[in-house]
Amino acid sequence: MNTRISAAPAAVPGTGPVTEPASREHPNGDHRQDQPSDSRLVGTDVGTGFTAGLPAYGHCFVGILMREYLRFVQQRSRFLSSLVRPLLWLVVFASGFRAALGVAIIPPYETYITYETYIAPGLCCMILLFNGMQSSLSMVYDREMGSMRVLLMSPLPRSWLLLCKLMAIGLISLTQVYAFLALAWLSVDFDPPLLGYITALPALFLTALLLGAIGLFLSTHIRQLENFAGVMNFVIFPMFFISSALYPLWKMREASEWLYWLCLANPFTHAVELVRHALYGQLNLLALAITAGATLVFALLAILGFNPERAAGGGKVKGER
Amino acid sequence: MAIVVEKLGFNYGSRAALSDLSFELLPGSFNALLGPNGAGKSTLFGLLTRLLAPQQGDIRLFGLPIRQHAGAVMRRLGVVFQQGTLDLDLSVAQNLAYHGALQGLRRQDVQTRMRAELERLDLGDRLHERVRNLNGGHRRRVEIARALLHRPSVLLLDEATVGLDTQTRAALNDYVRRLCHEDGLTVLWATHLIEEIDTDDRVLLLHQGKLRADNSAADLCRRTHTISLTQAFAQLTDPQQQESQP
Repeated sequence: MNTRISAAPAAVPGTGPVTEPASREHPNGDHRQDQPSDSRLVGTDVGTGFTAGLPAYGHCFVGILMREYLRFVQQRSRFLSSLVRPLLWLVVFASGFRAALGVAIIPPYETYITYETYIAPGLCCMILLFNGMQSSLSMVYDREMGSMRVLLMSPLPRSWLLLCKLMAIGLISLTQVYAFLALAWLSVDFDPPLLGYITALPALFLTALLLGAIGLFLSTHIRQLENFAGVMNFVIFPMFFISSALYPLWKMREASEWLYWLCLANPFTHAVELVRHALYGQLNLLALAITAGATLVFALLAILGFNPERAAGGGKVKGER
Repeated sequence: MAIVVEKLGFNYGSRAALSDLSFELLPGSFNALLGPNGAGKSTLFGLLTRLLAPQQGDIRLFGLPIRQHAGAVMRRLGVVFQQGTLDLDLSVAQNLAYHGALQGLRRQDVQTRMRAELERLDLGDRLHERVRNLNGGHRRRVEIARALLHRPSVLLLDEATVGLDTQTRAALNDYVRRLCHEDGLTVLWATHLIEEIDTDDRVLLLHQGKLRADNSAADLCRRTHTISLTQAFAQLTDPQQQESQP
């Protein structure tokens, strides 16, 4: 492998005289075999460095996670805006509403709580919601920039690649949620038990997966980057407002019965409740079942609806998975 | 055979992009895929790289049917797309590391290989430079290094030199040819630029989704009674000539 690129090639190809064609036999002999040896299909590929089985899947996941992390680190404004948005809700909106809205004792709380304490879990989920939708934007961006093709050139199953992408985006989102929780603890009267920060971790990760899966599902249906504004209006805002993030469900029911049922049908409500309970060391089984089920459904829909040709920046033809 | 394409067909709705396309590529051979815009080159690349699913016919890579052995096939395939696919905000090393990870390569292997590949492409000192700061020719070299990182047996280049100056185009062309001759890499070089094709090259001439010719450039000239590949190409893709043919 001593071949090196030369600054100035000896001759520009195609300009020489027409001569007899050269033999098609390879000059070095056929050392790249016509038929694959078993070693290329099973175990470690000789000379390629490819590790079959779990290690390859692991390398792939780490690679995707690293890329998402590097992109996240480079987009400091994205990180800051993801913190400013919920902090504004917590400090400005909640301060104004705490006098107007009384929150009765409802699980998982064992006493009267401030409105800030009530909405903090919902705001954690708000960060995850925006990040999940942001992931759909980044998928559409990757598609338009062509970098989705690089992902699709992997020899690993595409369902695994998409799952890696989901998990990577979820893990990156968690750092933002914990940064927000730290700021919330410092700025307002929000102090769940210390253990709650640990028990909330799986709940937050599952929520991140759910919202990432919804984002991924949407990205398969968004044709252009410009259409992302529609996602804001038709997905993010309804999901957030028609949930228990800002108001308890009983309060919603007092206002409107149908709004209450709409909130119950919204998987985001159950994700918020899962996180709320987990922050106080409690497990809300119903919320867990619905959040996990919805994650599975949307992840499956996203994977099944994934069209490699469209993902690679092509047209309308259905492809394989 | 490195690649066997058999009776391949693909339609976009009612429009046939490729029909009844068959050819074979020998291991370690340099093959030029020539065709005007809209000839079906990119569709063929889409099918070879699994971005499109074949509707008719079959593709085999080193005896492996692409449908049944997608993973094994993709491990043997290196691709340089017409459109730049590097992440501009990442460094050269980060782009290559990402590709290596997607290929399931060990991190240490990726580090060693990326240095070697970039060294060969005279980009050894650009390892930590952001891709955004590289010029078009250097970006293309990085894409070639990336395509070779997992040591594929077949390299597909889809109009990889579009937008580059003549000297850079020729240097890349020369480099890929040497990879082919010295390392035994099978190359399919899609282009519509005739000056990139040497007289000894095997030319697959695609036009309107059909294979119009499969000869060396010299044979093609003889067959068409022309003195240059440009003339042969014009004759084989000229609509009036097509109408007069049976």
